[in-house]
Amino acid sequence: MWLLERQLAFDFMNRRRWAGLASVIVLGLAVAVLVIRGLNLGIDFTGGTIVEVGFDEPADVAQIRTVLESQGYEQALVQQFGTARDVMIRLPPQPGAEDADEISNRVLRALEGDFPAVELRRVEFVGPQIGDELTEQGALAMLGALGCILLYVAFRFEYRFAAGSVAALLHDIVLVFGALSLFQISFDLTVLAAMLAVVGYSLNDTIVVFDRIRENFLVMRKGTTEEVMNASINQTLSRTLVTSLTTLLVVVSLYFLGGEVIAGFAFTLLVGVVVGTYSSIFVASASALALGVTKYDLQPPAKEGAEDEGESEFRP
Amino acid sequence: MNRYPLWKYLLLLVAIVGGVLYALPNLFGQDPAVQITPARDAVSVSAIERRAQAALEDEGVDPLAVDRNEERVLIRFTSQEDQVQAADRLRTELGREATVALNLAPATPEWLRSINARPMFLGLDLRGGVHFLMEVDLEAAVTQSLERYQTDFRRVLRNERIRYSAIEVEDNQRVVARFREAADREQAVGLLREEFRNLNLEQEERDSQYWLIAELPEEERQEIQDFAVEQNITTLRNRVNELGVAEPVIQQQGANRIVVQLPGVQDTARAKDIIGTTATLEFRMVDEDHYPYRGGAEEPAPPGTVKYPARNPRYGDYVVMEREVMLTGEYIVDASSSIDQETGQPQVDIRLSSAGGDIFSRATRENVGERMAVVFIESRQETREVDGETVTERVRSQEVINVATIQEPLSTRFRITGLESTEAARDLALLLRAGSLAAPVDIVEERTVGPSMGQENIDRGFMAVVIGFVLVVLFMAAYYRVFGLIANMALLLNLVFIVAILSLMQATLTLPGIAGIVLTVGMAVDANVLIFQRIREEIRAGQSPQNAIHSGYAKAFSTIADANITTLIAALVLFLFGTGPVQGFAVTLSIGILTSMFTAILGTRAVVNLIYGRRRVSRLPI
Repeated sequence: MWLLERQLAFDFMNRRRWAGLASVIVLGLAVAVLVIRGLNLGIDFTGGTIVEVGFDEPADVAQIRTVLESQGYEQALVQQFGTARDVMIRLPPQPGAEDADEISNRVLRALEGDFPAVELRRVEFVGPQIGDELTEQGALAMLGALGCILLYVAFRFEYRFAAGSVAALLHDIVLVFGALSLFQISFDLTVLAAMLAVVGYSLNDTIVVFDRIRENFLVMRKGTTEEVMNASINQTLSRTLVTSLTTLLVVVSLYFLGGEVIAGFAFTLLVGVVVGTYSSIFVASASALALGVTKYDLQPPAKEGAEDEGESEFRP
Repeated sequence: MNRYPLWKYLLLLVAIVGGVLYALPNLFGQDPAVQITPARDAVSVSAIERRAQAALEDEGVDPLAVDRNEERVLIRFTSQEDQVQAADRLRTELGREATVALNLAPATPEWLRSINARPMFLGLDLRGGVHFLMEVDLEAAVTQSLERYQTDFRRVLRNERIRYSAIEVEDNQRVVARFREAADREQAVGLLREEFRNLNLEQEERDSQYWLIAELPEEERQEIQDFAVEQNITTLRNRVNELGVAEPVIQQQGANRIVVQLPGVQDTARAKDIIGTTATLEFRMVDEDHYPYRGGAEEPAPPGTVKYPARNPRYGDYVVMEREVMLTGEYIVDASSSIDQETGQPQVDIRLSSAGGDIFSRATRENVGERMAVVFIESRQETREVDGETVTERVRSQEVINVATIQEPLSTRFRITGLESTEAARDLALLLRAGSLAAPVDIVEERTVGPSMGQENIDRGFMAVVIGFVLVVLFMAAYYRVFGLIANMALLLNLVFIVAILSLMQATLTLPGIAGIVLTVGMAVDANVLIFQRIREEIRAGQSPQNAIHSGYAKAFSTIADANITTLIAALVLFLFGTGPVQGFAVTLSIGILTSMFTAILGTRAVVNLIYGRRRVSRLPI
């Protein structure tokens, strides 16, 4: 890490076409995975019932499945959850006159026949109408967040920077969705929250870079737009990496220690922080440049000469 | 140049003291406790307290502390065994006069409570319990109201001996009456307009009949729907109180949803039976011509009557009754179960309001010697598959639970006999006592978390926070040395502030909330990283240490502000669009951003100034 403390001069902007190509390929792959495997939507979105049970010894998943099938739950999804003794049973919305506690009670009674020591740990039931609403709300939240951010960045910087930051965000969102699909992580409410946290985090990174670009546009009189951008990315690179590292330290501990319920959340953040860091270095500025932003766009003509007294002054 | 005025240090000191004080209650665990809530206003809390203390003394259980306010008595115990033993004794001692619930009471010392410092609530995923989201069927509420108008119209017209051919509810919108003679309608319009000023009455001639159309005005429709939700919340609150749950949450969410959270309740089946049933009673006169009824299920009920199955075969398979309802369950003010002294059978004693008593005594006086039926109406939802789509429908089931001859005019007090068990009598009494739901409710979401699971979630979440925190602290100290240690102090302070603010808000801590805190810890160092990198740059550019500190903080500020404001926007949107757990996450994230600005900028600067501000520094350990 101390290597980073020398003045860095990686030529990011010159390689932006290669990086762009790589991004497009990875994005294509992510979309392909999404199309082929689809998202593993959790019951928050599909409706249905989850029953989590604990046993006093490692559970025999095959036998549990047989017991459930004999009760008429052929569509039950049975899987180990966290430890070998915990089992999650997921049932699609049940046609027929049953609601959550009838289902959980029946499942539990059926299992008690074969496994006397079974313990009910958690039941979740979500009605089908809630699922539809959540999907709608989730999409709205995503669009709303992107829209507000676009406005704020356009107001603080310039519309091409705003477009660049949103391009970076879309890049991150698609890649994280791709990863969720590839590993078939159950997409539930907490994962949606993580998704929005990724949006916030990635944006944070991008804004820091843009902020430096804006500052350098005013300070570095010589040099092309590309050179200024390149220098800015290099100057902020060690900060970008250090912050990503500290965040990753926490996210990794959350992933390994937080338990199964929070694992999907932590996984989403893990992928999101990594791609968010990449996109703030390679995607955001390159997109703004591709849209034709130049160093003159952010120089206020009237305020020439007063710029070192500009808004970056902080008086403690 | 790197000096802070005294007032800034004082401000910081006050903030730290406040933060620590209000975060502190979270460190004192909880005491097992018993919460006693008097069932009726007539029983005073202090009387209950005296009796409870006497009973405990008699039982030989020594309480840790007894605490009373206007609504309840809270008795703390040193062990869970004491708690359970005491609760059993108190239940038998106080009987129906008070509800006795097991509870965990925060063991916050008195001096902290006196400054209103309280611990955070733990969410259901952390302490175990049941969460229901219920949807009120607003259309059904309107239907019920229209049906009431229908009955009232019939009554008015019949009393005045005005002949009509039919009165019906149409499209869940209006009540329609048909007359053969225009003169009858004229008379009816006059009467109904007098009695129901709120309705819009219109007239029409169609199919050689005279129509009278009573439309429900939009405002009243809205009022009925609002009232239905409000009334259901009240009823649910009553029922939950009957269940004896400590600290239940019952809140409206959106236009037609109600959230019910019952911490610590494990028997979901019973909780749901009691909460979700829209049980009510109807009293109808039995059609004497068809009693006992010999027909089967397929045969239509004779004209002017309704036919419902009987619970007890003693009354036949079905009972045929008059269509008109004498009285509905709304007028019931109290109900209790008991045993009939003569027959030894379970029964329910019912008390009506005086208005209900008037209606009932008038109706029963006219029918002495005839049979009256008690119909139990229950409403529940069923999911079916229709053309490949899952459809949830409400099913209303009516059952005749009792048929008896009216011996003498009944008024405000009477009883229902013929119930199959004491259990059934008790549940029926509970449901009737707690009031009927104004409109049917569907449970659209349910989450249950077992208590062992809750503890595990706390332990794991706590572990993740600690390990993540330690890793970040180690890294910062290694990478930024003395400045890293200063940043770590700020990070710790940030954690204290987050906990203090959440406690002050009396927010509910959930698992996603813990995740939000953890994430904030990871991101909170960002401001310091930005500042420290800037200082390093300034040093490399040949600035003196003092200047480097000054311009490092100054230049990093706008970046930090911009970056945090955008994240705040994201959190705000999350809060606006999200529900429950997502909102909790958004709140912790927002608080974390704000407090981290304070601690990472002002907090670290204060320490840096204190250490380096007043002396010559040749090299900065950064």
